[in-house]
Amino acid sequence: IQQDYTALPVDAASEGTNPVPDSLWRRYSEFELLRNYLLVTYPFSVVPPLPEKRAEFVWHKLSADNMDPDFVERRRVGLENFLLRVASHPDLSSDKIFYSFLTEENGWKETVFETGFQAKADSRLKALNATFRVKNPDKRFAEMKHYGDELQSVISQLLRVRARAADRLYGVYKVHGNYGRVFSEWSAIEKEMGDGLQSAGHHMDAYAASVDDILEEEEHYADQLKEYLFYADALRAVCRKHELTQYELEMAAQDLTSKKQQREELATGTIRTFSLKGMTSKLFGQETPEQREAKVKMLETQIEEGEELVKERNTECEEFVKSAWVDIERFKEQKDHDLREALISYAIMQISMCKKGIQVWNNAKECFSKM
Amino acid sequence: MSAMSAGAPRSLASSGQKSIQDILHPLSAEESALNPGSAAEKDLILPNGTPVDTSSPASSSSLLNRLQLDDDLDGETRDLFVTVDDPKKHVSTMETYITYRVCTKTTRTEFDLPEYTVRRRYQDFDWLRNKLEESQPTHLIPPLPEKFVMKGVVDRFSEEFVETRRKALDKFLKRVADHPVLSFNEHFNAFLSAKDLNKRQGLALLTKMGESVKYVTGGYKLRARPVEFAAMGDYLDLFTQKLGTIDRIAQRIIKEQSEFLMELREYGPVYSSWSSFEEDLHDPLEGVSGCVSNCSSALEELTEDMSEDFLPVLREYVLYIESMKNVLKKRDQVQAEYETKLEAVVFREDKKTPVPTDVEKCQDRVECFNADLKADWDRWENNKRQDFRQLLTGMADKNIQYYEKCLAAWESLIPVLQDKQEAEGETS
Repeated sequence: IQQDYTALPVDAASEGTNPVPDSLWRRYSEFELLRNYLLVTYPFSVVPPLPEKRAEFVWHKLSADNMDPDFVERRRVGLENFLLRVASHPDLSSDKIFYSFLTEENGWKETVFETGFQAKADSRLKALNATFRVKNPDKRFAEMKHYGDELQSVISQLLRVRARAADRLYGVYKVHGNYGRVFSEWSAIEKEMGDGLQSAGHHMDAYAASVDDILEEEEHYADQLKEYLFYADALRAVCRKHELTQYELEMAAQDLTSKKQQREELATGTIRTFSLKGMTSKLFGQETPEQREAKVKMLETQIEEGEELVKERNTECEEFVKSAWVDIERFKEQKDHDLREALISYAIMQISMCKKGIQVWNNAKECFSKM
Repeated sequence: MSAMSAGAPRSLASSGQKSIQDILHPLSAEESALNPGSAAEKDLILPNGTPVDTSSPASSSSLLNRLQLDDDLDGETRDLFVTVDDPKKHVSTMETYITYRVCTKTTRTEFDLPEYTVRRRYQDFDWLRNKLEESQPTHLIPPLPEKFVMKGVVDRFSEEFVETRRKALDKFLKRVADHPVLSFNEHFNAFLSAKDLNKRQGLALLTKMGESVKYVTGGYKLRARPVEFAAMGDYLDLFTQKLGTIDRIAQRIIKEQSEFLMELREYGPVYSSWSSFEEDLHDPLEGVSGCVSNCSSALEELTEDMSEDFLPVLREYVLYIESMKNVLKKRDQVQAEYETKLEAVVFREDKKTPVPTDVEKCQDRVECFNADLKADWDRWENNKRQDFRQLLTGMADKNIQYYEKCLAAWESLIPVLQDKQEAEGETS
């Protein structure tokens, strides 16, 4: 297994009094650990995503090899970007584990595990994977989750088609290189036409070669889209967490209601809800008043606890909704801004490509006209 | 020079003279106004039908260059102008075919009238070319567009196919009209002027015209092709190869572009569907979709143009070269016959009798053929140079236009993309 380390030049952030190293080494897996920690600790935040571990959406020329220097470089940029995102997040940036990630080379992993986030992570994972249904889904979150689904789907499609188109464009440009060769051969058997043909051939070679830079630049655009492809996942995670919170509240409320009902039945002697115990006592004889008394007392305690739990969960839910919604709004603005910027730089890329094309063909045209 | 038959006085006149350069067709501007359907989007059309770009001073000077290929610019004034246009479909019970209008304007006395307008179909052009080859075997006859098209693969009645053919037929007649010998051919005259082209006319004309120049390919062996003609043959072989390669490359590019186009047609709409569930980003995404769509259309145009204008010219030249090689072979035959007969005479015992007129005639034929061929060769080289200059310049132009269209589309998108940002101020 290859060990890939990423060197992070870290500015000596003037947070703590500890001497901060200028740069330290982190593995991709440590980034993953950091992110998982943040996911668990800040469930209401849309946590920035990591770049791909493995190259996906490749077009044939681009190496799918994870050791390819271009891919490694782009991933490094992506990891840097991840840290910048976290650093500029209102809640995440002040996290101590994040800070020590940037400053403490050794022993950071242990520090993370000491927080005990792993236990929370496991239970959260279990809960999230379970299928459950919320009775009164919050409309806003349901819409957000749906948006996340759609965003993920459309960006995937976009990246796939773009990769195929890049492949084709590469072919178009490269075949023009063949003109270079044949013009050169042809010029050898011509008298007056020779020079013009020969120089035009050089321009055709230049044209063919220009596609490499063009597509390298476009990869940058693809990376920007990919970030939001993964961000969509983070958004959905928040919505799912909200659903879980909501569900737990509903479960607690439901439990409380049923306990209250049981108490009422015992008090009035009427059995409104079917219970096996009730049936058996009917069949095999009533309970003694002492037994009933004990039962009522137990229920009272449970109801008290239940009410506390409901209150707790309700507060939890309300706070979650508040915090989550703030971050979702922040995320929305960030997304709109970033994607707009990405589209602008994409358009500028296309403009540059067109201008280069015009120049090359004008050069060739000049050579042809001198034939 | 010994007497030549009365039928081809011009053969002598053309020997040793410089070739006719393509002089700008004085009527082409007028013609383009009359025929909006023809290639004329620009004001000037060269004799072979392709337009001249006069939009910049540079191109005017290059136009001048074309005219001044040969020094005696004011040498020959044109007196015969031919155009092919106005294709029409004819449906009869037996068949469906296309006819083209052939317009002639001339001051030559060989023609009864100064103007003619007739309708001809491809068959008629084919007939003409065969007659020219038969009656003027020492000359290079321009090629026709391909005769056979695979039914089902190519639509013989589609606008694009008909237009491509029309251009090629127009170029064919113009090349014949420009030729100092071929343009006086009586079959050509009949083709341009006869109301009803009776093919049987041809036979009668042939016997009058072609006898002196009708050669029998009589299996004589040529020892060696003279250097200059060998060079021609070698050049033609190599040139054909290059043309074949260029044809393959062009086809490959068209294929790759078509496949790229297919992807683009899928790519653009994805932005559209994305925009449908975005608020702030709706307009920018919709804008990108529209842009990609515009670029797709531009690419489609480029690919079509290359198919219709570029490839046919290449193929035409390949056909041209084939017929030229045949003329070279015929020349070899004529020389072989002469040499064989001469040898037979030389080795005769009785050296006192003068060389028989038979051998003299052979010698004349050889010299005539060589002279005609050399003159035609020079003319062909000049035309070739112009044709390819135009062809390749045209290719460059089409690509430039494609990129310019795309550039315009993307540039007009930038303000749309930036719009909200300016309105918001700095809220990022």
